[in-house]
Amino acid sequence: MTESTDQAPGQRPDQEISPADETAVQAAVERALADFQAAGTLEELKTARLAHTGEKAPLTLANRGIGKLPKEQKSVAGKLMGGARGRMEKALAARTAVLEEEHAARMLVEETVDVTQAVRRRQVGARHPLTLLSERVQDIFVGMGWEIAEGPEVESEWFNFDSLNFKPDHPAREMQDTFFVDPPESHLLLRTHTSPVQMRSMLERGAPVYVLCPGRTFRTDELDATHTPVFHQFEGLAVDKGLTMAHLRGTLEYFARQMFGPEAKIRLRPNFFPFTEPSAEMDIWHPGAKGGPAWIEWGGCGMVHPNELRAAGLDPEVYSGFAFGMGVERTLMFRNEVPDMRDMIEGDVRFSQHFGMEI
Amino acid sequence: MRIPLSWLREFVPVPADATAEDVMADLVTVGFEEEEVHRPLDEMSGPIVVGQVLEMVPEPQSNGKTINWCQVRVAPEGQPQTLTGEGIDPSGVQGIVCGAHNFSVGDKVIVTLPGAVLPGDFRISPRKTYGHVSAGMIASARELGLGEDHDGIIVLSRMGLDPEIGTDVLELLHLRDEAAEINVTADRGYAFSIRGVAREYAHATGTEFTDPASLVSPPEANQDGHEVRLEDQAPIYGVPGCDRFVARTVTGIDPNAPTPAWMSARLRLAGMRSISLPVDISNYVMWELGQPLHFYDREKLHGPIVVRRAHEGERLTTLDGKDRALSTEDVLITDDRGPIGLAGVMGGAETEVTDATTTVLIESAHFDPVSMGRTRRRHKLPSEASKRNERGVDWEIADEAAERAVQLLVELAGGTAEPGVTDVGTRPDPSVVQLPAGFPTALTGVEYTEEQIERVLTDLGATVERGQDADGQTTYTVTAPSWRSDLEIREDLVEEIARLVGYDQIPSEVPVAPPGRGLTREQSQRRRVLQGLADAGLTEVLAYPFVSEAQNRLFGSVTAEEGAAQRMVHLANPISAEFGYLRTSLLPGLLEILRRNHSRGFRDLALYESGLVFLPSEQLGSASIPPLGARPSEDVLADLNAGIPHQPRRIAAVFAGHDSAPGAGHAPRSWDWQDAVGTALDIAQILGVPLTVAQGAHQAFHPGRTAELRLADGSAVGVAGELLPKLLETSDLPARTVALELDLDALMAAAADVVVAGPISTYPATSQDVALVVDTDTVAGDVLATLREGAGDLLEDIALFDVYTGTGVPEGSKSLAFTLRFRAPDRTLTADEASEARAAATALAAERHGAVQR
Repeated sequence: MTESTDQAPGQRPDQEISPADETAVQAAVERALADFQAAGTLEELKTARLAHTGEKAPLTLANRGIGKLPKEQKSVAGKLMGGARGRMEKALAARTAVLEEEHAARMLVEETVDVTQAVRRRQVGARHPLTLLSERVQDIFVGMGWEIAEGPEVESEWFNFDSLNFKPDHPAREMQDTFFVDPPESHLLLRTHTSPVQMRSMLERGAPVYVLCPGRTFRTDELDATHTPVFHQFEGLAVDKGLTMAHLRGTLEYFARQMFGPEAKIRLRPNFFPFTEPSAEMDIWHPGAKGGPAWIEWGGCGMVHPNELRAAGLDPEVYSGFAFGMGVERTLMFRNEVPDMRDMIEGDVRFSQHFGMEI
Repeated sequence: MRIPLSWLREFVPVPADATAEDVMADLVTVGFEEEEVHRPLDEMSGPIVVGQVLEMVPEPQSNGKTINWCQVRVAPEGQPQTLTGEGIDPSGVQGIVCGAHNFSVGDKVIVTLPGAVLPGDFRISPRKTYGHVSAGMIASARELGLGEDHDGIIVLSRMGLDPEIGTDVLELLHLRDEAAEINVTADRGYAFSIRGVAREYAHATGTEFTDPASLVSPPEANQDGHEVRLEDQAPIYGVPGCDRFVARTVTGIDPNAPTPAWMSARLRLAGMRSISLPVDISNYVMWELGQPLHFYDREKLHGPIVVRRAHEGERLTTLDGKDRALSTEDVLITDDRGPIGLAGVMGGAETEVTDATTTVLIESAHFDPVSMGRTRRRHKLPSEASKRNERGVDWEIADEAAERAVQLLVELAGGTAEPGVTDVGTRPDPSVVQLPAGFPTALTGVEYTEEQIERVLTDLGATVERGQDADGQTTYTVTAPSWRSDLEIREDLVEEIARLVGYDQIPSEVPVAPPGRGLTREQSQRRRVLQGLADAGLTEVLAYPFVSEAQNRLFGSVTAEEGAAQRMVHLANPISAEFGYLRTSLLPGLLEILRRNHSRGFRDLALYESGLVFLPSEQLGSASIPPLGARPSEDVLADLNAGIPHQPRRIAAVFAGHDSAPGAGHAPRSWDWQDAVGTALDIAQILGVPLTVAQGAHQAFHPGRTAELRLADGSAVGVAGELLPKLLETSDLPARTVALELDLDALMAAAADVVVAGPISTYPATSQDVALVVDTDTVAGDVLATLREGAGDLLEDIALFDVYTGTGVPEGSKSLAFTLRFRAPDRTLTADEASEARAAATALAAERHGAVQR
């Protein structure tokens, strides 16, 4: 090549082309096609395009020269120039497509990131497993047509004890170490169980009544690995005509299977509670227990004591009922293998967060 | 309750190879929960034998001690040693170094031979010590786990024993026995005795029970006994404090007579220390028959015994040496000189049996459980006696128990029974229950036969009379046995039938509840809020509601009227005196959990809790409580409820640190007051409740960065903002912690029952901006509200998008830039219409706030 280096390829300002000179035109087209093909990037292609099809390109100038030709040459020159333009446009489009595709492919390569560097830009939240578990229990009973009843945590002694057939001087009253409100003459306390809600439900609704009473309860235990002075319970109460211990067992078995799978079973053992007669301790056969399937003590239950029905204004000759109660903490401990009660109450974010939103 | 198996076997057949575990497994089927096994041989094994000291040579040592180098014969003279093993001398004589000096040549002692293991994994082997090879040990009571006495070794003659040399000590001291410990529920007082448990064991295994009460024949009462008068001047609930008192006297007892090994072994297994023969006998009879006894040194009694309530101001020094002020409810045993015992709970010091006592007066009495419980609680005197007296002792057993004690004192202490027998009191009416034959099935769902019902009740000791009711149905008249004061109503009998036939017979049937309402609206709302905050990145926690008075004073209650005196609930018996109050705000508890997480290395925290706070009204509680077993009147119920503190549900959140963790290419944002306000608004939005924000004031919050949150009617429902820097600093909390607390009940109540859908206009919107210059003190929220009002119905939305001070804005002013979006329901708005609306809004802002358009 003899051209000076500051000239763009294809430009031959010194070399005017006549639109009628087929050889020169074809040569210019060939030069253009070669330059297009030689362009390695879209930028280079743009330069080549301007050089060969721009305002001052020889062929553009030649095209303008058609008008100056003698009449008889115009038609031939027009065809010649049209063909030349067509070939260049076609080549340009083809080359553009190739280069664009290359460019897109290169971009994808260049934009590669290290995905392991990803940052959590938003803190993730969590529900507390105790409230989640309680909600799950509630859903099971709502599914059976039961309703969810709640009540105050500071209660009257009557609702917590007397209405439930705890005699004023019976040792059973001391079985549940109670927080009393000062002064004691106020006869107020922190409820030791959610049973006062059962009484409130009966008083408000009469019979039949099928309620589950979840909530916070309190006993004067020091906090350690297996005790906490503040804990959660859920208690069930059904009062209707003709209810028997068979219905109690049936309800507990249904519930146990929902919570622990189709293999779960219930075992009842005689026990004593002032508010039920007969009373039973309830064990659950937990097929997934840590260390192999086992019977695990789960809660208390029994047939509602006639004095409790009377306190609610219900006639024990007409109605009978059953009741049961379990601890949410205890359930969580053996269901989810929580090793230490303190983990549930200290509020360490790690405890809630590894449960997430579902239990 | 611990049951030594050898004792149980006296009254019921227990298989010879049965272990404590086997016995517990049987008892659990009738409702006695397993607690623990007590088996001395679990930590002790032989050879441990009787030896006789042939020779003892005192050898003073350089350390000032003198040891005895002893030759001890451990196999009968003239017989070969049959035991073998390293260190066991075939001659039958062992050389043993002993540090004790309380014995002499010829004494029979306990020798633990090489190979023996003592409690505490103490392995005996020959060892070199003080220049000898000591092949065994002469044992003290403590080394054998028999007691705390380690002043010297056991000399068997002092225990009243003279066994053959070489006798197996484990056998001799009854150490091969074991005990099953079971839990006895509060209603079953009768089971606090071998007698009661043996009966239950017979029920559980279908074997024959021999009542220990039937093995003694107490003599008839006569006029020659010690005079006793029952003079209760103030019975509780009309029940006399004492309704039976049997007194017997045994004279001439040997005060130094030892407790026989079999008795101390049983008592030890039962969990009681052997103290002295008379005390051991009274405990032994109590354990066997369930009747607590008290022994008096009769020489110290003056005149007749009178059982009465204490007089005002009376005092008594009890056995434990404590001088006690008595209550007029306490039942006392008294003589001419005053109180000599707190009846059924603890005796007095003055008439106590000592090692000089030779004449014993035995008290075997029946007391009112209620009185006993109150006295025990009042004087904080729990004991094995009070435990039984509170749960109810068999009224009928008093004379048999006294006779059994007399027998043992005569037999073991060499005493003589006086012929005088005192037995005063009135038998209470037995409990008689009507039980329709169909009732057990109606309550349990198990098809019991009449034969089963009759057999169970008879086995229990009840008298069963068969009859017919008016409809010709079988009904039973059941008289409960005297030891079953817990059998009061027909349901109690059903439990017995169900229990003894077996709870495993109960079938299973799911009852069908009437159609329900599902969760209440409030329950659903609450779940949505709790879930919404977790979805927004906060972590739910549950704090204890116990706070200090100062915390309540500081945080108050978010809905308290300003200046209203803060009432709070104080606990009578808190776990910690400092945190003896119930929270009026959730924030103290949440901040404590925040602090705990922070101290565990977590710096970026967003926590929330929903729970009740406790806001007592003027009336705290109720003066009296209604009786059980009857529905209180509406007035009484209303009074009970009026006394219960208001307990609204709150929701609160705290934020500290950053909204996320820092990372490559990610700069986290610090939480600030806007997050607190924004989260409060989010909660309201979850519930569909419009909430407005106003400048607020709260003593725990930064005075310039506190928002009050209000419902549409203007009532305050909460607070949000930055906590007071000084408070954070002094409480060891992260700087710039922000918080919010809302009255969730009020918010949920403010939510519309049914949201009415408005029309959605599909015509184009026109947005216009306006910048207004106002005084620095003017609140943006007020200006926004004014603009909204002034712009009229065409305004669809308005937002503050910039606040500017500086060049172009006069000193003491700020520029607030709003964007207003207009839209008409029925047409495309023209620019002129939008401008007109904006002008109206600006004009009202100028009028109300002196706002000047920039």
